[in-house]
Amino acid sequence: MTHILLNNVSVDFPIYNTTGRSLKNQLMQAATGGRMGSNEQGHVVVRALQNICLELKEGDRLGVIGPNGAGKSTLLRVISGVYEPTGGSVEVQGKVTTLIDLSLGMDSEATGIENIFLRGALLGFNRTWLSAKVKEIVDFAGLGNFIEMPLRTYSTGMQMRLAFSIATLQQPEILVMDEWLTVGDADFQEKAQQQLKEIVQKSSILVIATHSPQLVQQVCNRMIRLERGALITA
Amino acid sequence: MNPMFELFKSGWRDIFAALKGYKLAGVFGWQDIRQRYRRSSFGPFWLTISMGVLIGALGLIFGNLFATPMKEFLPFLTIGLILWTLISTALNESCTGFTTADAMIKQISLPLFTHILRVLWRNLIIFAHNLIIFPLVLLVFWVPLPAMALLAIVGLVLLMLNLSWMALLLGVFCTRYRDVPQIIANLLQVSFYLTPIIWMPQLLPKRASILLLNANPFFHLIEIVRAPLLGSLPTALNWQVSIVLAMAGWVFTILFYGRFRSRLAYWL
Repeated sequence: MTHILLNNVSVDFPIYNTTGRSLKNQLMQAATGGRMGSNEQGHVVVRALQNICLELKEGDRLGVIGPNGAGKSTLLRVISGVYEPTGGSVEVQGKVTTLIDLSLGMDSEATGIENIFLRGALLGFNRTWLSAKVKEIVDFAGLGNFIEMPLRTYSTGMQMRLAFSIATLQQPEILVMDEWLTVGDADFQEKAQQQLKEIVQKSSILVIATHSPQLVQQVCNRMIRLERGALITA
Repeated sequence: MNPMFELFKSGWRDIFAALKGYKLAGVFGWQDIRQRYRRSSFGPFWLTISMGVLIGALGLIFGNLFATPMKEFLPFLTIGLILWTLISTALNESCTGFTTADAMIKQISLPLFTHILRVLWRNLIIFAHNLIIFPLVLLVFWVPLPAMALLAIVGLVLLMLNLSWMALLLGVFCTRYRDVPQIIANLLQVSFYLTPIIWMPQLLPKRASILLLNANPFFHLIEIVRAPLLGSLPTALNWQVSIVLAMAGWVFTILFYGRFRSRLAYWL
């Protein structure tokens, strides 16, 4: 059973290189971004999330919308366990997979094959299991003999195709995304969209941050709106 | 529940998870080496070559300066310098262990000690490359490797245990205070001259040696690996300091890490 429970979660970022009260006061007037203040030690603090309560159960597809700096990415990172909230508590049952920066951990000097194993290791794939999947990845990415070449010889589109093919290899339980992914040329896009849709459908819980209301309508069954770190509508 | 115990548990949980997933640190440690030396025909052996040149030059100067027989001085210098390179680069690089992995830390939730393990592993690989010089030097002077050299393996394990808590502590501390890496680099540079690496301990006048040698943890940590390789047993004090340092250091570091681990991502 997958389950996510955020209880009164707040996230404060300490900013160590801006000090001085006047600056802080000026910042507090800003219209976008989190709320600024200071903590007990006098450091400037940006409150990225404020008292968020949220419960997600199996089958939930949550769309997170809100202007830039509203705390969408921070919320995704709290759910994926990168940030332990400074206030409140988070409970996550199930393995969280993020499809955000697909090429994280890839090395442009290494060959396509080497990158499959690098990226695979980071995604937590077993090496033997991955060896068996190499052909499948290469076929899906449509890279042919290029797979033996260093990644820097690839076009941006080709690099993304490889990254996408590795990242979508395994079915995630809880899927966290920052905007929908579109990868490659027309042909590949069609294939990729199909693969992505399948993964999204099969995932137990989806959390996606987006600016597109259409996307929310298409894939989500729940929506929250964040504004300056606070939950506006649940 | 005892709060100290809670801290210890939370620190240990992350370290244990990182050790369990040691393969990830292994893959990226190797990758660092490959990345550094890709498209170079000698690869990491460039380090071996430059280390060899350095040892040759220093050996010539200081061997003559101190009027020590080369047969005795050069093996001493070789193993000392190789060990010191391991210690100082591992500690220096651990200062930026978390900050250079910030993209990874902010994207995926991994046990954070993994990033320190990666630094340690990478330096251990380089150490293995440098170590090749030692048997070559022994061969040149026709000095046999003593049977007790096997004891150096125990010494190396103990040295690495000590290096790992230091590296973790420095990594966390340097992520919060970005001036510290410079201070550490400076302290290590000074320690290099204070530790008998390019000079032999018997050159010191008796009284100075107690302060300069026994109060210097790096002396003991080097001695437990170096002495058996050169055919003498490390002293009881060498072992005692190294063991106590490893235990006390780890207990403190786990507590410290348990307290600040969750803050690391915020400091990046």
